[in-house]
Amino acid sequence: MPFDAEVIRFLNIASQQLMGNSAAKAFPDVVTFAFWIRKASVMKLQTRFATQGGSVQVGRGVLFHIAPSNVPVNFAYSLAAGLMTGNANAVRVPSKPFPQVEMIADALNHALDECPGLRPYLLLMRYQRDRAVNDWFSAAADVRVVWGGDQTIAELRRSPLPPRSSEITFADRYSLAVVDSDAYLAMEDKTRVAEDFYNDTFLTDQNACTSPRVIAWVGSSIPQAKTLFWAEAHRLVKKKYNFQPIQGVNKLVSGCLAAVNLPGAHAEHGEDNLIFRVSVPPDTEKLMEYRDNSGYFFECDCSDITELRSLCDNKRCQTIAYIGDRNMFAPLLESGIMGIDRIVPLGRTMDFDLIWDGYALPAVLTRTIAVI
Amino acid sequence: MTFEELFLLPTYSMAQPEKEKILTRRLNTLTEFHRMNCPEYSKILECFDVPAEPMQDYRMLPFLPVRLFKELSLKSVPDDAVVKTVTSSGTSGQSVSRIFLDRVTSANQQRAMVRIVSDFIGTGRMPMIVIDCPGVVKDRNMFSARGAGILGFSIFGAKRMFALDDKMRLNVDELRDFLSCFHGQRILLFGFTFMVWQHFYRELLRLREQGIVFDLSDGVLIHGGGWKKLAADAVTSDVFKNSLREVCGLEQIHDYYGMAEQTGCIYMECEFGHLHASIFSDVIARRPLDFSECAIGEPGILQVMSSIPESYPGHNLLTEDEGVVLGVDDCPCGRKGKYFKVLGRLKDAEIRGCSDTYAERFKD
Repeated sequence: MPFDAEVIRFLNIASQQLMGNSAAKAFPDVVTFAFWIRKASVMKLQTRFATQGGSVQVGRGVLFHIAPSNVPVNFAYSLAAGLMTGNANAVRVPSKPFPQVEMIADALNHALDECPGLRPYLLLMRYQRDRAVNDWFSAAADVRVVWGGDQTIAELRRSPLPPRSSEITFADRYSLAVVDSDAYLAMEDKTRVAEDFYNDTFLTDQNACTSPRVIAWVGSSIPQAKTLFWAEAHRLVKKKYNFQPIQGVNKLVSGCLAAVNLPGAHAEHGEDNLIFRVSVPPDTEKLMEYRDNSGYFFECDCSDITELRSLCDNKRCQTIAYIGDRNMFAPLLESGIMGIDRIVPLGRTMDFDLIWDGYALPAVLTRTIAVI
Repeated sequence: MTFEELFLLPTYSMAQPEKEKILTRRLNTLTEFHRMNCPEYSKILECFDVPAEPMQDYRMLPFLPVRLFKELSLKSVPDDAVVKTVTSSGTSGQSVSRIFLDRVTSANQQRAMVRIVSDFIGTGRMPMIVIDCPGVVKDRNMFSARGAGILGFSIFGAKRMFALDDKMRLNVDELRDFLSCFHGQRILLFGFTFMVWQHFYRELLRLREQGIVFDLSDGVLIHGGGWKKLAADAVTSDVFKNSLREVCGLEQIHDYYGMAEQTGCIYMECEFGHLHASIFSDVIARRPLDFSECAIGEPGILQVMSSIPESYPGHNLLTEDEGVVLGVDDCPCGRKGKYFKVLGRLKDAEIRGCSDTYAERFKD
């Protein structure tokens, strides 16, 4: 059953274990996960997703999760979501030896000692790309949960699922940020905004699907806001980011390709190679084919939010991080667009939720028994 | 300013300040020429706000990242003026650079190279041993960088033989005959660093164990190309030279640095182990963080400038190599200008994030 008391207890023990681990404090992603699975947090989710009416919801059965190889803690969220929704879980963890994976696995093992009844409900595994293993777990899966990229999804699709089983895929996506220049200028703590921006972008080398690749500016004070925003961001990036020499060259290559391929592209001169900005018209076609990471931003000035329509009317478009009033997006959303699954305040693009990438996990990972 | 004007100047005897003035004029000319004739180049300069006026100092001129030649077909002449297309895969695998040469640029590449190399080995032609297989120079319209290098250097050879067959095996008998035929004469050997080591040196070493020894003490070896594979086996420049001397008596060995995107303007290694910039070209080491110029002795990303390219906008390039300018005008060998050392290729970035995980895995 979803939100089973023993699962809540289990997750809370794992949470306490991680919180009490002094080594874990060096990893904000581990701390954030620990916070998300503590009892109070899970109970809140339970309330939010409580079902109404006479129907009964139960887990779908066995979930087969494929976690992305270069995000350390994603597997843990996928697993926790599977447990909360009342499922048994076989999870492929990243092949890279991230310390975060070891820490979380240790905490889970400890919690299993306290809750031995849950042993049949989770299995963490690590294996090289192997069709036979994929085939075996796919054949046993009620839901296959594949975290992208597209190639990984294509690879897994070669392994058949049983007829009644389903699949959730988190494919390659891109995201953007929208900053209301007036709202930004009115904010007091600009350093805090820069931190939020950093966490949404540089923390994952601006290469997570949630990382804004485009910064769209609205409002009446765009030039002033830009100057301040980028100066603050630069100061922080200079302090915190581990810059690799080839990244400057890579961004220059991307800038040149944008210059050649995107009409109206203009490189904004920065004082160094940490932040590379290219301004473009908001309705630039194929803009995302020229995206890059590690601090490479397209930027556009919008007089009307619906100018972002072409960027957002794409199934690949995932998150909008915003500064300002979230109601400003209503005309854009109501214009009928294929993309955008989340609209979140800047700094929270990485916050995992049971609604992700357009899927309400409590619904898709459960089966509803109609009782009339 | 034209290339002809440069060609009248001495190759290595002009002091740096004067050389920079001349190169600045030539590079300004080329920048404007390509702006007028290569649409992509023009778009890039516009996007980066490069002013149309000539620069006072060549340091201020715009450079293109060399990888761009893998992503785009850049040329400044009509298609029917292209007489040769040189391709180079570099080390990063899949995509290849395509360099379009017209008659003038191709000829000037050859002329500059003759000037540069003859300063080191003299002007006379010599019997030449190419340490490669004949297969790489078969197709004369599509040149690989390897083939182009061999043909370029062949101008110094009076009689030429390929030391390897198309399966990269040493032609032992042919080599023996060639050496006895030209006994007592100076012989030019040319090859790519890795080929020389893998298919020539190692084979000579093996043959010596069987009692077969070649005497190349009258030879001069010129070799170029990356050290990446050798560095992985801890073969340094010194090890390379000492090993060859030891196995076949080869004394005079010159490495050179150059790239398909700037063929002709090679940087030859002098007897003190320094790579030298000639009157036709120059190098600047730049700091990765902001592309400012490094101090002498400070490692940085190498930028290379060549006075030759007219048919494609490759006169000013940012490489992906790390290097260090060792000095200016004061190498003990007596050559003026900058001398430097190449430290190797920049490391690929390690990128976090959930996108492109599959591709990343295959890169490793």
